[in-house]
Amino acid sequence: MKHVIGVLVENEFGVLSRISGLFSGRGFNIESLTVAETDDPAISRMTIVTLGDDQIVEQITKQLNKLINVIKVIDFTNSDHVSRGLMLVKVSVEGSKRLEVLKLIEVFRARVIDMAAKSAIIEITGSDMKLRAFLDVLAPYGIKEVNSTGIVAMNREVKGRSRHKIKAA
Amino acid sequence: MKKTGAQIVLQSLQIEGVKVVFGYPGGAVINLYDELPNYEVKHYLVRHEQAAVHAADGYARATGEVGVALVTSGPGATNTVTGLATAYMDSIPLVVFTGQVPTGLIGNDAFQEADIVGITRPCTKHNYLVKSVKELPRIIKEAFHIARSGRPGPVLIDLPKDVLVDTTIYEYPETVSLPGYNPTFEGHPGQIRKALKALLKAKRPVFYVGGGAILSDAAEVLTELATRLRIPVTTTLMGLGAFPETHDLSLGMLGMHGTYRANMAVTESDVLFAIGARFDDRVTGRIDEFAPDAKIIHVDVDPTSISKNVKVHIPIVGDVHDVLDKMLVVVNEMSEEFQAFADSHDDWLARIAKWKDMHKLDYIQEEVIKPQYVVETICRLTRDQEPIICTEVGQNQMWAAQFYDYTRPRTWLSSGGLGTMGYGFPAALGAQVAFPDRLVVDIAGDGSIQMNIQELATAVQYQLPVKVIILNNGYLGMVRQWQELFFQKHYSATEMSTAPDFVKLAEAYGAAGLRATHPREVEATLKKAFSIDKPVFVEFVVAGEENVYPMVPAGQPISKMLLV
Repeated sequence: MKHVIGVLVENEFGVLSRISGLFSGRGFNIESLTVAETDDPAISRMTIVTLGDDQIVEQITKQLNKLINVIKVIDFTNSDHVSRGLMLVKVSVEGSKRLEVLKLIEVFRARVIDMAAKSAIIEITGSDMKLRAFLDVLAPYGIKEVNSTGIVAMNREVKGRSRHKIKAA
Repeated sequence: MKKTGAQIVLQSLQIEGVKVVFGYPGGAVINLYDELPNYEVKHYLVRHEQAAVHAADGYARATGEVGVALVTSGPGATNTVTGLATAYMDSIPLVVFTGQVPTGLIGNDAFQEADIVGITRPCTKHNYLVKSVKELPRIIKEAFHIARSGRPGPVLIDLPKDVLVDTTIYEYPETVSLPGYNPTFEGHPGQIRKALKALLKAKRPVFYVGGGAILSDAAEVLTELATRLRIPVTTTLMGLGAFPETHDLSLGMLGMHGTYRANMAVTESDVLFAIGARFDDRVTGRIDEFAPDAKIIHVDVDPTSISKNVKVHIPIVGDVHDVLDKMLVVVNEMSEEFQAFADSHDDWLARIAKWKDMHKLDYIQEEVIKPQYVVETICRLTRDQEPIICTEVGQNQMWAAQFYDYTRPRTWLSSGGLGTMGYGFPAALGAQVAFPDRLVVDIAGDGSIQMNIQELATAVQYQLPVKVIILNNGYLGMVRQWQELFFQKHYSATEMSTAPDFVKLAEAYGAAGLRATHPREVEATLKKAFSIDKPVFVEFVVAGEENVYPMVPAGQPISKMLLV
């Protein structure tokens, strides 16, 4: 089963390789990984999408927690959360296909950010499922290139406060 | 007053209570070595950096303190990797300092540069590259804290040369601030009660005890708890010494080369209480047939050890010593119920007693020396002195585990998790440094002793009177045993027909050398060795193709043992 895991880490050099090394060294799977600073520059947040049964995901979260530079680990999978990714797609728009593609873009609330003679670059944000659906409908037109950020996630507010309070160290 | 980085390292070691450092100098740490004589810490010059880490490890296992090693950059640093991995697998607290090229040259493929922080990331509990002398006191403080707390382990600090030369105002911090590191010490009271409740219902309980009981100094409370509740105790290789093997309730070691009674008792148990153990594959054998009927309780300070290999029914995260202390309090409060429980499983103990008589650890005495006989004789001659027994890895290690009765913690030093040949001799030197007046023995094979044999020079230089018992069978015996049993005696690359004359070799280094070739010489030779007040190599020419039994073939359930 797919799990979205959030990891708050100390923003120190080498932390990313500690985490990616943990995944490769123990044979855990990484589907996507994103990382950036939070509002506190001393802390970064990673979002990792991984595959595994309950026992493996339990090991992943425990092993992540064991790393000295990891402050907090959140498995979003079983909580009420939102998740979004950003994707750029270069798609073929030759001849009569151009208008059809533009229609589809509207339906998915995506945006054209570059239009050339033979192809267009489209920007879309959304859940993992929406991004995959978008690629499916574009496929017949000829996808030339895809670049995606991977998923970022956040829990919804519950009873007036965030469920996982992010606390600066 | 301002101090240099080199002075800060040495001053901080002093504050951390470090008395000895094992090391080897080089260009990147020359400033540190220049300052060394001005400080109280005593330096032991080894002959290979791997041995420095093993010696620090042996010192740490024997004393319970943090072991410290100091080496230079590049090859000095890469030579520590095996020692770090050994300590990491067995959760031994170490702080290892490596030299590094100056910060400005890092990444330039400078002379004797190696990315040791990158290389050792997966085999250290944590590691640091110090980028400025200002960070140095904080990093050293954190390193010692991380090494010794929670599940202990090795920490590496990489010291660029300019950091050792630069100066700053020195202030050693009193506390650490590590927001991501808060190991659980106290066991959850609810879980402890739940575990004791499950234990009370047991008809066939077994304690399965690992190295965690020794690391947390829990041997005494463990023995009291087991004795009070009359629960039989088996230990892993790492747990030897946590419970006296001379005790009626001792089952001996379990697992691949465990005793018949230990493996049978675990297989038939209905409550298995794992104490500071981690269900290693050499312990469990085939995992789905490991203790199939048992409710499993597991106390461990490291949550990742729980339900990693075997599903645990009642987990308790916490320090083994603390949890067992709290259990004993409850047992005392409810002494009637627990007394009734202790009296309720006579038939279980009777069954175990029957197993004990069925397939004892044994061997057939012949005209040629049997390695088991040598270990047994060492045990008979020395047990009362509570010596520290170190081992190499392979058959020598298994016989040393099987035929010596360990009764005290920290008297058995062996590379359990990584299985490092060449560990025992330098570890023995480290233990001897810690306890100059105790008998320290390294039980070795002719293969593994040659992996760090250069340390004879260290032993002689510092007059460390370690006794190295070489069981010379002319083979890499454990691999040969597997080849005999599972590869139709295809002895590929396991014959070691060429070995040095160990007696002459020892003498050439200035140590003593002895040799015995007949069983009737064994006792006298050992007595003589133990009476010599300097390092001694004792070579026993033993049976070439003796096997370690019982043996559970890899992947089989532990109840299916090859017995002869």
